[in-house]
Amino acid sequence: MAKLSGVDYFSADDLLFEDEKLVRETVRTFVDSEILPIIVKHNREGSFPQNIVPKMAELGILGPTLPAKYGCAEMNNVAYGLIMQELERGDSSIRSFASVMSALVMYPIFKFGSEEQKDFWLPKLAKGEKIGCFGLTEPDYGSNPGGMVTKAERVDGGFLLNGAKMWITNGTIADIAIVWAKLNGIVNGFIIEKGFAGFTAPEMRGKQSLRASVTSELIFNNVFVPEKNLLPDGAGLKSPLMCLNQARYGIAWGVVGSMMSCYDSALEYAKSRKQFSKPIAAYQLTQKKLVEMLTEITKSQLLNIQLGRLKDGGKLRFQQVSLAKRNNCEIALDIARSAREILGANGILDEYPVMRHAANLESVKTYEGTHEMHTLIIGEDITGFTAFDN
Amino acid sequence: MKIAVCVSHVPDTATRIKIAADQKSIDPAGVSFVLNPYDEYAVEEALKTKEKFGGEVVVLSVGGDRVKETIRKSLAMGVDEGVHLKTDEALDSFAIAQALADEIKSLGSELVFMGKQSVDYDSGMVGQLTAELLSFNSISVCVTFNLDGNTITAEREIEGGKEIVETSLPCIITAQKGLNEPRYASLKGIMAAKKKVIQEKPVASTPALVENLQLKMPTAKNPGRILGTDSSAVPELVKLLHEEAKVI
Repeated sequence: MAKLSGVDYFSADDLLFEDEKLVRETVRTFVDSEILPIIVKHNREGSFPQNIVPKMAELGILGPTLPAKYGCAEMNNVAYGLIMQELERGDSSIRSFASVMSALVMYPIFKFGSEEQKDFWLPKLAKGEKIGCFGLTEPDYGSNPGGMVTKAERVDGGFLLNGAKMWITNGTIADIAIVWAKLNGIVNGFIIEKGFAGFTAPEMRGKQSLRASVTSELIFNNVFVPEKNLLPDGAGLKSPLMCLNQARYGIAWGVVGSMMSCYDSALEYAKSRKQFSKPIAAYQLTQKKLVEMLTEITKSQLLNIQLGRLKDGGKLRFQQVSLAKRNNCEIALDIARSAREILGANGILDEYPVMRHAANLESVKTYEGTHEMHTLIIGEDITGFTAFDN
Repeated sequence: MKIAVCVSHVPDTATRIKIAADQKSIDPAGVSFVLNPYDEYAVEEALKTKEKFGGEVVVLSVGGDRVKETIRKSLAMGVDEGVHLKTDEALDSFAIAQALADEIKSLGSELVFMGKQSVDYDSGMVGQLTAELLSFNSISVCVTFNLDGNTITAEREIEGGKEIVETSLPCIITAQKGLNEPRYASLKGIMAAKKKVIQEKPVASTPALVENLQLKMPTAKNPGRILGTDSSAVPELVKLLHEEAKVI
């Protein structure tokens, strides 16, 4: 496939600073040379390319917004978004790995952890020496995490943890899990280390989506957790929800990468595929599809840049993140489907990235808050009425 | 040792180029520009040389404000400081070489790296012209570079093979693909580059020796050729792939 120079119909690049563009170029080149050549194989096999983790770490992709004293790049959130966009242009699985590391493991340690926890874990995670995962969702509690049944009980010198988590990205390969459990009825965060007696993380098999990502269950059977592994400032359900908000922000950006990949494939294919007397790009029905794709990509790009500027200015509301995550995931899936139509039968082959993105986006639309839950979050914000069942 | 590396800011090879209304330049609208790929090898070799022997690396680029992006990218890869030789005119190779030579002289640098050519205008002359203006030695189209004391040994790519040559400092090396594997500008490198200094200096006017009259788009590609339908066509195919298509 020809090298992508990026879709930018509205000169949105003019809204980016020089360093933000450089970050995008670095990650774009990384994806072209390290991800695209291997992703089809891993998607077929259902395996995560773990050998890319040290390379991602070397570039500074893990926890890029955190302070330099932890070995991080201390970049702004627009740069972070562009990283997510470029990674997802490669594959949502790779972006998911980086999202989980940055937004769901390093962020909660940074935000809710003790100085000792930050000093110990953040540099190791930034270097990719340790991999993390995040355990909130349970088999029976997805959109309603507050109902979780995983429990921590205080015992001498620490806590005893019992319960199970599900749909955990990186679970089986993780060295640590940030696990949310109720302690005296209040949700609290714990750092659970691989090797703690009674803790297992079997991989979930049979996924037709995010196949190049590891998804696992986390099972806690009387796991003793030392006192020092409690996140001291993480009490309350709002803490994991703050983490999810970080992750959703990254997803809003990430899916634009998959949109660009699908659009680019469809455009190139349409220009070269001849049916009847001319390339299919010369027929009105194809042009309409391509124009609608481009229009939505352009809108999402502009939405994201302003979302990032609001976040960097400390003015971002979580409902705005919901709007962007909700819209962009829906649109990305629409674009993947339109692209598949333009590619005809070829669209189902993994020679083209379209079907892989389409399958991945089914997960992305659902995780970190389903499309429906984000609708209700925004609905509540604009009407003042809660449509959630209490 | 002060090592200079000269870079140019060129349209990304993936970008579709349009000729501007004047018929002499590229319409920059919608074109993304990058660090010239051959200059990336030059930056990498300069950084490797510094890592081996110490000293500092200074990046030079001639052009309008836009070239600062490429200077910044070089700084993000690890170059220590930048000099922007500013001009809004489209200079010919000689004028560019003159501007670079003047600055290299004032820097006191005796080892200079640059790409063998820029992928925009492809004249491939600036390295040798600059060396001549400075009375430096030069080795072009290098695929290996080795510095030992004052002596440089390098391999050059020539038609169908390689040539091993030796010279001494001061010298200009022009880089060919294969010289090294350029490093990424890491995120930390990008952040560090924000604090590095880019000096801006106006370019003294040098009359052009070559005038660009007109740019033309290439003619459309020839259709495919069928060389034969059985194994007897293989030798001819291999020959053409090697000599004409240059892919094997």
